[in-house]
Amino acid sequence: MSATRESFGIRSFRFLTGALLITWLVLPLVPLAIWSFAKGWFYPDLLPRNWSMRAWEYAMSDTAGVIDSLWLTIWISVVATVLSIIVGVPAGRALGMYKFRGKEIVELLILAPIIVPGIAVVLGIHSVFISLGLNNTVSGVILVHLIPTLPYMVLVMSGIFANYDPAFEAQARSLGASPLKTFWYVTLPAIRPGIIVGGLFAFLVSWSQYILTLLIGGGRVETLPLLLFNFATAGRNDITGAIGMIYILPGIIILLLTAKHLSGRSGAVGGFGQI
Amino acid sequence: MSERTKIFLLLLPAMFIIVVLFFGGLLIGLMRSFNYMPVIGLTEPNFSAYVSVFTDREFYLSFLLTFHIAFTSTVISSILAIGAALLLRRSFVGRGIVNFLFQLNLTVPHLVGAIGILYLFSQSGSFARLAAEFELIARPSDFPALVFDPYAIGIILQYVWKEVPFIGVIVLANMQSLGEDYESVARSLGATKWQTFRHVLLPLIFPGVLSASVMVFAFTFGAYEIPAILGANFPAALPVLAYRKYTDVDLAARPEAMAMAMVIALLSAVMIYFYVRYSRRRIRG
Repeated sequence: MSATRESFGIRSFRFLTGALLITWLVLPLVPLAIWSFAKGWFYPDLLPRNWSMRAWEYAMSDTAGVIDSLWLTIWISVVATVLSIIVGVPAGRALGMYKFRGKEIVELLILAPIIVPGIAVVLGIHSVFISLGLNNTVSGVILVHLIPTLPYMVLVMSGIFANYDPAFEAQARSLGASPLKTFWYVTLPAIRPGIIVGGLFAFLVSWSQYILTLLIGGGRVETLPLLLFNFATAGRNDITGAIGMIYILPGIIILLLTAKHLSGRSGAVGGFGQI
Repeated sequence: MSERTKIFLLLLPAMFIIVVLFFGGLLIGLMRSFNYMPVIGLTEPNFSAYVSVFTDREFYLSFLLTFHIAFTSTVISSILAIGAALLLRRSFVGRGIVNFLFQLNLTVPHLVGAIGILYLFSQSGSFARLAAEFELIARPSDFPALVFDPYAIGIILQYVWKEVPFIGVIVLANMQSLGEDYESVARSLGATKWQTFRHVLLPLIFPGVLSASVMVFAFTFGAYEIPAILGANFPAALPVLAYRKYTDVDLAARPEAMAMAMVIALLSAVMIYFYVRYSRRRIRG
């Protein structure tokens, strides 16, 4: 008798804490979503008196620059991701498949940019980029985005290569395939899922960068987070809401594509500390 | 081609980019913090930037505030994350939703969370309006200051919102791969639920919790945009102060900004030490 009562008590406790957790997790996104459809929402109204699509129309218009900024942000994140894949896959292979002297130092050099905050290095980079003419340029911004995305990609790929069996490559080579063909037809298909998941998350890491873009872009390379910040601090809550909703969309899409890889067991989650 | 050459060539492009950009940036920052930059004619290094930073009261206030933000956020997030992981281990109505929201939250940038917290907790925000609705406050200024406040409550709330899922997902996976056998043994030997948690489960998950916490601490200590949105003007968080100094019209303040960046880098180096110490086994495994 007492056992069933206890388990009922525990079950309702779990349900209540679960409900509390759900509410808390959604809560900060609610006012952003409401603001994007509000036409003036003044204290002490709990909900806007008038609803409107004005903020969305503004965000979607050609003149506001939000769409341009969206494309620019996508471009920067895609290029940073592709470069990280090209450079990160070989390094991941070396770290995942081989034991060598100095490996711990290499791992440390790759771990450091993941833990050290961007502000600690970007000031120094900025003063060099000025003399190289890379400040205020999209290329400069893409380059600094490699600081968080590349080490992340290397770590993900080293995890993939740690579970990779090179015997198939040896077989392909012994049957007369060139190194390039072996890579294309044997290695790449085996590591493709890892590249896709790692690449999508590296995209999100670049997508969420703020201070690196602000300093190196000098405010001229206006990515979506910079625009969002500016509207938020200017008090344009309706437009902030609309841009905020657009800004979180890629994350939601990527989540739907990769949900099963997003358990803490995969090394991929480590990168989310930076988003 | 020997194996050593092969490993070298595989690592070369990535190491080149990381060493040049990351460590190069760090080194230039270090040099400029000592006013040393031969290229632009500064050939005599000195400590003047450090002297003015370490004799400035604002720096100490800012450092203490930032430490408080990072420490409090990390501790609260870790404890709640362990609780959430314990909850998610069992089945209950709504577990699927919590799981989904945990993952969703991982993909939402901190900046969006910060703006959301601003709209919820400011003195004309959603909670102030609710308080007015129930006639708990007469005017917005009666609502307690939870953003732009000296205790950085809004900033901490934002980090807790964002980091509980981050640590939670890692701890949950840790618990699931451990299984429940150890705990069953402890229970069958007469340990209470609390004893089982405290002396069996907690020591097992502790390295995982610690390495995730170290990442959170370093991030929360060095993040710019969250305190820039939610923080008070004075004292500002250290990254905000460093950015202000760097973009000051007075170029002489730049070495001071670099010195502050070096303080942040030094603190992250300590974090890396702890991370490596507690997570080596995890990475290898």
